[in-house]
Amino acid sequence: MPQTLARPARAPEAPPVSPAAVPPDPGLQALAEQYGLTVSGARPPLREYTRRLWARRHFIASFATARLAATYTTARLGQLWQVMTPLLNAGVYYLIFGMLLHTSHGIPNFIPFLCTGIFVFTFTQSTVLAGTRAVSGSIGLVRALHFPRAALPVAHTLIQLQQLICSMGVLAAIVLICGVPVTWHWLLMVPALLLQSVFNTGLALVMARIGAKTTDTAQLMPFVLRTWMYVSGVFYNLSTFTSSAPHLVSVVLNCNPALIYIDLMRYALIDTVRAQDLPPHVWPLALGWALLAGVAGYVFFWKAEEEYGRG
Amino acid sequence: MADTTIEGTPAPTGAPAPSDDRTPTVICDHVHIVYKVHGGSAGKGSATAALNRIVRRRPSAAVREVHAVKGVTFVAHKGEAIGLIGSNGSGKSTLLRAVAGLLPPAAGRVYTHGQPSLLGVNAALMNDLTGERNVVLGGLAMGMSRAEIRDRYPGIVDFSGINEKGDFVSLPMRTYSSGMAARLRFSIAAAKSHDVLMIDEALATGDRAFQKRSEARIRELREEAGTVFLVSHNNKAIRDTCDRVLWLEKGELVMDGPTEEVVAAYERSAG
Repeated sequence: MPQTLARPARAPEAPPVSPAAVPPDPGLQALAEQYGLTVSGARPPLREYTRRLWARRHFIASFATARLAATYTTARLGQLWQVMTPLLNAGVYYLIFGMLLHTSHGIPNFIPFLCTGIFVFTFTQSTVLAGTRAVSGSIGLVRALHFPRAALPVAHTLIQLQQLICSMGVLAAIVLICGVPVTWHWLLMVPALLLQSVFNTGLALVMARIGAKTTDTAQLMPFVLRTWMYVSGVFYNLSTFTSSAPHLVSVVLNCNPALIYIDLMRYALIDTVRAQDLPPHVWPLALGWALLAGVAGYVFFWKAEEEYGRG
Repeated sequence: MADTTIEGTPAPTGAPAPSDDRTPTVICDHVHIVYKVHGGSAGKGSATAALNRIVRRRPSAAVREVHAVKGVTFVAHKGEAIGLIGSNGSGKSTLLRAVAGLLPPAAGRVYTHGQPSLLGVNAALMNDLTGERNVVLGGLAMGMSRAEIRDRYPGIVDFSGINEKGDFVSLPMRTYSSGMAARLRFSIAAAKSHDVLMIDEALATGDRAFQKRSEARIRELREEAGTVFLVSHNNKAIRDTCDRVLWLEKGELVMDGPTEEVVAAYERSAG
C-alpha cells in the first residue's frame, strides 16, 4: 500500500471556487474496494430500502403514537379534542351549507352525508398537510439518526388514520342518531378505508419530498386543498352537476380520487345511497388510485433519499 | 509526495503510516463541499424584488455559495480515535456531516464501512416528548429491537445522569437544560456500538463527571473495533481521548498526525 494514503495529499495551491469533478484516486478507490467500504450516504436499492423500512415498523408505530399523544398535551381538554374537532367542523359546515345555502336539497340523510364527506376528506387533507412538513419538521431527527426517511411520512399518515378512526366512532354515533340502520354494507368501510390509506400514504410521500426541497409548498397547500375540497362533492351531491355537464368534464370530475373514497364511504354507511348513485367503475378506480399513488409516491420519495438531511 | 509541506506549516513528521494489517473504516478522497445559504444579506428582500427575480429567471441574489471544505483527503482505521481541531468555521462539522452521508460532496468521494453516526449539538430529538419516549424512539430509529431497548433502558438513563436530580426522564425534553439534553442524546447514541461514531462538540455542555463517563464510553466503543471522531475546542478533551488529530483551517487540512504534535502546533499558531 502506498505510503501517502493517510496523508493530506492536497497540493498547496488554492482550489477553484467551484471545484470541477475530481477523478477518483485509484489507490484510495482500490483500498475502499479491498475492505468493502461503500460510498457514504448512497441510496440503497429499492428492495433493500423496503427491507430497512419494514425493519423500522416498530419505530413508525411508536413515533405515530407518541406524536398523537403529544399533539394535545398543551390543551386543557387534552385528548377530548380528538372528538371535538371533527364535531365542530361538521357543525360549521352544517350551518353554512345545510341551513344557509340549502345544498341539502334532494339529499336524504343530509347530516350523515355531510359528516361522512367532511371526515373522509379531512383524512386526505390533513395527511397531505402533515406530509408536506414530515421531513422538514423533523430535520433534527433526520440529521441525528439514520433510518429510512420514508418512515416519517408513513408515520404521519398513520397519525391521521388514527384520528380518522376516532372520527369514524363519532360518525357512527351521528349516523345511528339520525336513524340510519346498521347493515352488512358497513363492512365495506374496511376496504374503502384501506385503499384510501394507501392512496394517502403515496400523497404524503410525494408532498414530503416536495416540502423538504421547496419550503414555499407549505404556504401554498391550503389553497390547493380547499379547491380540491370544493370539487369533491363534500357538501353537495356532485351527480346533480355532472349529469348536465359536458361528457369530458363529468368524466374528469367522477375520476377525482377524493370523490371516489367519499362516495364509497357514504355507500357503505348510509342505506339511502344506492349503488346506482355512485360514479361509474368506482371500485376499480379506488384500487387504481391507491396503487398508482402508493407505488409512484414511494419510488418518487426514495429517489431523493440521500438528500433529505441537506440544508 | 510522501511528505507534502503545506504553506507556512511544518510537514507532519511521524504521522501514523498506514500498514497493511490495519483496516480502514473511513476514506475521504479529495472531498470538496459547497453548500448554498438562503437568506444571505445580499439583495433586496422585498416582494417586488423576488417577483422580478422569478420573472427574469435569475437565481436569487440571497442565495450564496460557501465552499466549506476544500479537497480533504485522509484514511481512518479501526480502533482509532481522531480529533478534529481548528478555529470556528474551519469546516470541521461540515466534513463530519459529509462522512455521515448527510451532505453529499460537490466533488471527491467519501467511502465508509457501515453507516457512520453523527452526534451533533444541534441534533435535537423530539422536544415535545418525554425523555423516556426519546430513549425508546431513538433506539427504535437506530434499529434496536423493543427487547434490546428494554434491557438497555436503565443503563442509558443512568449513564446520562439526568435522573440524579429528580425524576426528569418523565418530563418533556423541552424542559431540559441544554447540558441535560446533550447528555441524553449522547447516551442514546452511545447505547449501540457503531462502526463509526462522530461526536460534534456534544460533550462540551456536560459537567465534569459526565465528561469522565463519556471518555470511558468512547474508549469502550474504540475497543469494540469502531472508529471515533471528536470535534472539540477543548484541547484537553482531545488530548485525553484521541490518538490522532486532523487540523482544519479554512476548509483545508493543515496537519494530520499524532495528537501531541498537532495540538502543540495548533496551540502555537493560535497563540
